[in-house]
Amino acid sequence: MSLFAKKSKDTATVTYISFAGDSRQVAATIGDSVMEGAIQNGVDGIVAECGGACQCATCHVYVDEAFLGLLKPIQEDEDEMLNTTASPRQSNSRLSCQIPVTKELEGLIVRTPEKQQ
Amino acid sequence: MVIAGAGQAGFQVAASLRMEGYDEPITLIGDEPNLPYQRPPLSKGFMAGKQAIDGTVLRPLAFYQSHGIELVTGAMITGIDRVGRSVKLASGQSVPYATLVLAVGARNRRLPVTGAELDGVCYLRTDAEAVEIRQRLEHARDIVVIGGGFIGLELAAAARAQGKSVRVIEVQARLMPRAVSGILSDFYREVHLSQGVGISLGVAVSEIAGYQGKVAEVILSDGCVHPADLVLVGIGVVPNIELALDAGLSISNGVADDEYLRTDDPSIYALGDCAEHPNPFAGPVTDPRGGGRVRIESVQNAVDQAKCIAAAIVGRSEKYRAVPWFWTDQFDIKLQMAGLSGGCEQVATRGEPESRKFSVFYFRDGRLAAVDSVNRPGDHLAARRLLGAGSEITPGQAADLSLDLKALT
Repeated sequence: MSLFAKKSKDTATVTYISFAGDSRQVAATIGDSVMEGAIQNGVDGIVAECGGACQCATCHVYVDEAFLGLLKPIQEDEDEMLNTTASPRQSNSRLSCQIPVTKELEGLIVRTPEKQQ
Repeated sequence: MVIAGAGQAGFQVAASLRMEGYDEPITLIGDEPNLPYQRPPLSKGFMAGKQAIDGTVLRPLAFYQSHGIELVTGAMITGIDRVGRSVKLASGQSVPYATLVLAVGARNRRLPVTGAELDGVCYLRTDAEAVEIRQRLEHARDIVVIGGGFIGLELAAAARAQGKSVRVIEVQARLMPRAVSGILSDFYREVHLSQGVGISLGVAVSEIAGYQGKVAEVILSDGCVHPADLVLVGIGVVPNIELALDAGLSISNGVADDEYLRTDDPSIYALGDCAEHPNPFAGPVTDPRGGGRVRIESVQNAVDQAKCIAAAIVGRSEKYRAVPWFWTDQFDIKLQMAGLSGGCEQVATRGEPESRKFSVFYFRDGRLAAVDSVNRPGDHLAARRLLGAGSEITPGQAADLSLDLKALT
């Protein structure tokens, strides 16, 4: 593995739908997080101030119900951080920095909230 | 608008200005060759092999284009003309400004001993340095880390996790002495020892000895000699104050700001690693309005100060009063810190260090000043809220695990 290259060039399609309803489909690199998929492809609506350290809750997304069961369970730090989101926490709320893009998540749809901060 | 320095702080000023609707031209000038990137992962996720270097980039090039931010990379600023209101670049070019933001960061303190210039003595600040260290780590066997602060210990943990022989040298009597209390220093000493990291406390490095120009041994003040084919130095930073000094701005432990993060020139702001500012959470209290003057090296400080400056520039000037927070990842343990524990005379511990889930609460003049949490993220977030609201909590309440901290906020 090169130090500069991605771990993998395999991708999965992730769709980000903004609060206003605009949809962006992105080929996110497998192994990256759903947050990184947004940042590297210029998707607005995900801020990620802390860079993916589960420290800031500015990469909050609402995960489409069809995919919720495919995600790894929420860990304690993400759970606590989700209580501090700028837009209301819902049952499908996750921090996108804590969701790795996998093959199984092909077609993943997430909605970004009205506010991240 | 000219922003001098394209690290986390400079980037965030530009991004926040656009988010605020600022529509004047913005020029973001950095001396590094690459797109602005995050530094925290360099010693954490990247060094541990969990993250690629391009994953540290803050935003792709298209972001700067679509937001009307002129990004100038690889450009050294050589001077500020405050009368003519322009910055001068090493290329000879002058860039005019109406408002100038100094986000020029800090540089690594160099080790002042014989042998520090040998091949294999490395420092970490930039992405290029991180890549070099990771490449060297692959082939290294014996690593000596000089400095038992956050960077040194994160590097030590990453190297040890890759099976290397690692020894940390700290001149003070305990680890992370500037940042945390003795309880946490002792806890982290045990963590590193249990993982097989050697720790030498209270000793200085006398000399680094080499063979054919390459590092070979680190010789300590107590006479101990440790073999090393890679030496990683993390002994703190010095703020880059030279531009401000040459321009006649006030300097203290950094470029001196007022509570609005302005220098003594009303058209020049300073923030991030290079700036010293009055902070209501800092001690000892030296300002009659509360707080002390401090220079903070952290993502939170860079980001929140950038937002404060961006708001001021669009006409919503407010004093900077964000709650400081920090984190460090070492092995599988996450330490989250809220507030500033300097000058605290009383501590209370919540939970048992042996359980690897505990928090240390710090009190200054009887008031909560900081909380360090090991694997207790709920405590950390409650602490941010308690500190932000100025809520009262006693040491006894803090130590009482049956008390819900959220109920106090």
